[in-house]
Amino acid sequence: MTDPSIRQIAFYGKGGIGKSTTSQNTIAGLAEFGDRIMIVGCDPKADSTRLMLHSKAQTTVLHLAAERGAVEDVELEEVLLEGYKGVKCVESGGPEPGVGCAGRGIITAINFLEENGAYEDLDFVSYDVLGDVVCGGFAMPIREGKAQEIYIVTSGEMMAMYAANNIARGILKYAHSGGVRLGGLICNSRQCDRELELIETLAKRLNTQMIHFVPRDNIVQHAELRRMTVIEYAPESNQAQEYRSLARKIKDNTNLTVPTPITMDELEDLLVEFGILGDDSAVQHLIGKTAAEVAVV
Amino acid sequence: MAQNDINKIKDHAELFHQSEYQELFAEKKQFEGGHSPEEVERVAEWTKGWEYREKNFNREALTVNPAKACQPLGAILAASGFEGTLPFVHGSQGCVAYFRSHFTRHFKEPFSTVSSSMTEDAAVFGGQNNMIEGLANSYKLYQPKMIAVSTTCMAEVIGDDLQAFITNAKHADAVPHDFPVPYAHTPSFVGSHITGYDEMLKNILTTLNPTKPTGSWRNGKINIIPGFETYVGNLREVKRIAKAMDVEINLLADNSDVLDSPNTGTYQMYPGGTPLADAADTIHGEATIALQAYSTVRTRKMITGWGQPNQVVRPIGIRGTDEFLMKLSALSGKPIPAELEAERGRAVDALTDSQAWLHGKRVALYGDPDLVIGLVQFLLEVGAEPVHIVVSNSNDDFETELRALLDSSPAGSGATIWGGKDLWHMRSLLFTEPVDLLIGNSYGKYLWRDTKTPLVRIGYPIFDRHHLHRYSTYGYQGAINLLNWIVNALLDELDRNTIVPAKTDISYDLIR
Repeated sequence: MTDPSIRQIAFYGKGGIGKSTTSQNTIAGLAEFGDRIMIVGCDPKADSTRLMLHSKAQTTVLHLAAERGAVEDVELEEVLLEGYKGVKCVESGGPEPGVGCAGRGIITAINFLEENGAYEDLDFVSYDVLGDVVCGGFAMPIREGKAQEIYIVTSGEMMAMYAANNIARGILKYAHSGGVRLGGLICNSRQCDRELELIETLAKRLNTQMIHFVPRDNIVQHAELRRMTVIEYAPESNQAQEYRSLARKIKDNTNLTVPTPITMDELEDLLVEFGILGDDSAVQHLIGKTAAEVAVV
Repeated sequence: MAQNDINKIKDHAELFHQSEYQELFAEKKQFEGGHSPEEVERVAEWTKGWEYREKNFNREALTVNPAKACQPLGAILAASGFEGTLPFVHGSQGCVAYFRSHFTRHFKEPFSTVSSSMTEDAAVFGGQNNMIEGLANSYKLYQPKMIAVSTTCMAEVIGDDLQAFITNAKHADAVPHDFPVPYAHTPSFVGSHITGYDEMLKNILTTLNPTKPTGSWRNGKINIIPGFETYVGNLREVKRIAKAMDVEINLLADNSDVLDSPNTGTYQMYPGGTPLADAADTIHGEATIALQAYSTVRTRKMITGWGQPNQVVRPIGIRGTDEFLMKLSALSGKPIPAELEAERGRAVDALTDSQAWLHGKRVALYGDPDLVIGLVQFLLEVGAEPVHIVVSNSNDDFETELRALLDSSPAGSGATIWGGKDLWHMRSLLFTEPVDLLIGNSYGKYLWRDTKTPLVRIGYPIFDRHHLHRYSTYGYQGAINLLNWIVNALLDELDRNTIVPAKTDISYDLIR
């Protein structure tokens, strides 16, 4: 069992929402405060540590295990690399797309880390988990004794909010049998209309908080191009300040709750209320019509 | 041919020797498209040589007859040794049927274990409902005092979370909230039955001893952990020794009464086992002695975490038993009684009686790491020479320990440890570098058939000989049992080799 004094957090969210970027920048912020941190990438793409290591993708636990034939033949130091400000980085990796079982891969990789003493001398462990919680393996990071705080990265786009609500449902499932709690929504802005209000309202409905609103800034792309976090690339920039402030809020966060996910209808109503979806009756005449048909009407 | 006369029913072994079956088999052959007997013979001969041995040892993606079983088998054996405990396997029925029959075939006893009967839908949607219903049914139907949950590969691959499922099952009132449901994740694609044993025992002890010891109060008992033990005689021998020494022990996972229950005419579902109250008092023991090392690694680590002294002593052979008695004596302050000293004297006497037949005999053996170390210890004591040692579920620590033991005696230094190898490798070893004796479980009979190496059945499973599991291999009496099996197997073989009248029978002696 892992040392309970280590704070373990996990980032979840829709694929492509900016989880890896947000989590690595936040971790860079925590590292600046002097915290000892390990990042565990739980995504077969293995892109959860590239900004820390300035590399394309580090060697993953499962890649080496596949090469050697057994995970027992992998040594911890081969897969645990130190990145920006001593942050320890490890990627679970996974099978080729379309074969095998990526979920089991994550279980194997995390068991390997535990058995080989990776969870020692740390203040934080951060899991970066791919897309939706599609199977039991992707819930491994929130099992008992693992991450107890979940941060959902979302934006004001409809599908990102759907995903956030789904993840809240996953957390709820485990919240009654263990200590996992929702720490908040991180809004990674896509500059949608009324985005701030919308996510704040969604957060309230999910019985949580919007812990931070990360504005959109091209400097993130500039930093990414250099495989760096913004905090390292442009430490004085406004965006770096935003990530530091997110890191500070997470470090001080005590608002950990059991989420109250909403139904699909409630979510759609919310979107209607904010003008993202039309009201059913107002748009009735448009549903199922092609652009040409609508033009005729 | 129909066997119409019930007084002349032919046994399986004779039935197929009858001409109608022999003719049938011969006629069937033409449709089988097999190779000619000459070709089969040629290839069979070729597999006995060095060329084939090298190919065999270069094998990468195939295992043939590994000398190990899968994790839940060990988890279930650990669970079966506790009072009123029902082993429960979260997974498909087929796996569990296999575990039950495997134990029944060895112990010749009924063996109760239930499954959560996962099928395809559970594989897709997760097995939580199976767990909840399964626990509820088991609790109502079989009225256990504890249900010990382990898993099959299927549940592990889809990532079922036992901790969460069991908590949810309790919320759903499948079993009472304070009912002990220890659990162990036991995927069989890693480790072996000894890993599963360790994991389950650790979790049973954690569940029953949930808090750290408070204060310095101790119960005066010495905890004994058997490890993956399939000789009920060993458990009884340990209890007998403790009684003879007047030492109070807390023998954990004691399945001797469960797997060797008296036939009284009434079926008992839970006959015996370590009382749960005693298991829950493990944490207050003076110390813990584990009789096996590699099936207790995690459990001992946990006990170390309690701040309780613990160590491994294998009471096999003279030296091993000496060590065990001295350890018990040191921990309890009780002297070793004259009765046991006399037993030691008798065992030493027996060993010297047979020593001339054993000295320098070349032996191949295979089995679990701790069994192999115990046997090697014994073989070196009688001057036999271990040559080929195959351990399918090997690990680095074990190989280091065994190497040191082998190198401590000139009789052992010529041995090779074949870690991670299987019985098909052993076959090549026996053909290319023959030995006088093979020690292993029932699966060794196929090696005996092929290579004619006399086999002594020691280990698990033993399906094809009766009652061996009732004897002990531990203690001075166990040393005499081992000696008896080994030396008499050699003498039987000697008789077979000197049996031809007027040719070899000059050595067909009455006195050996």
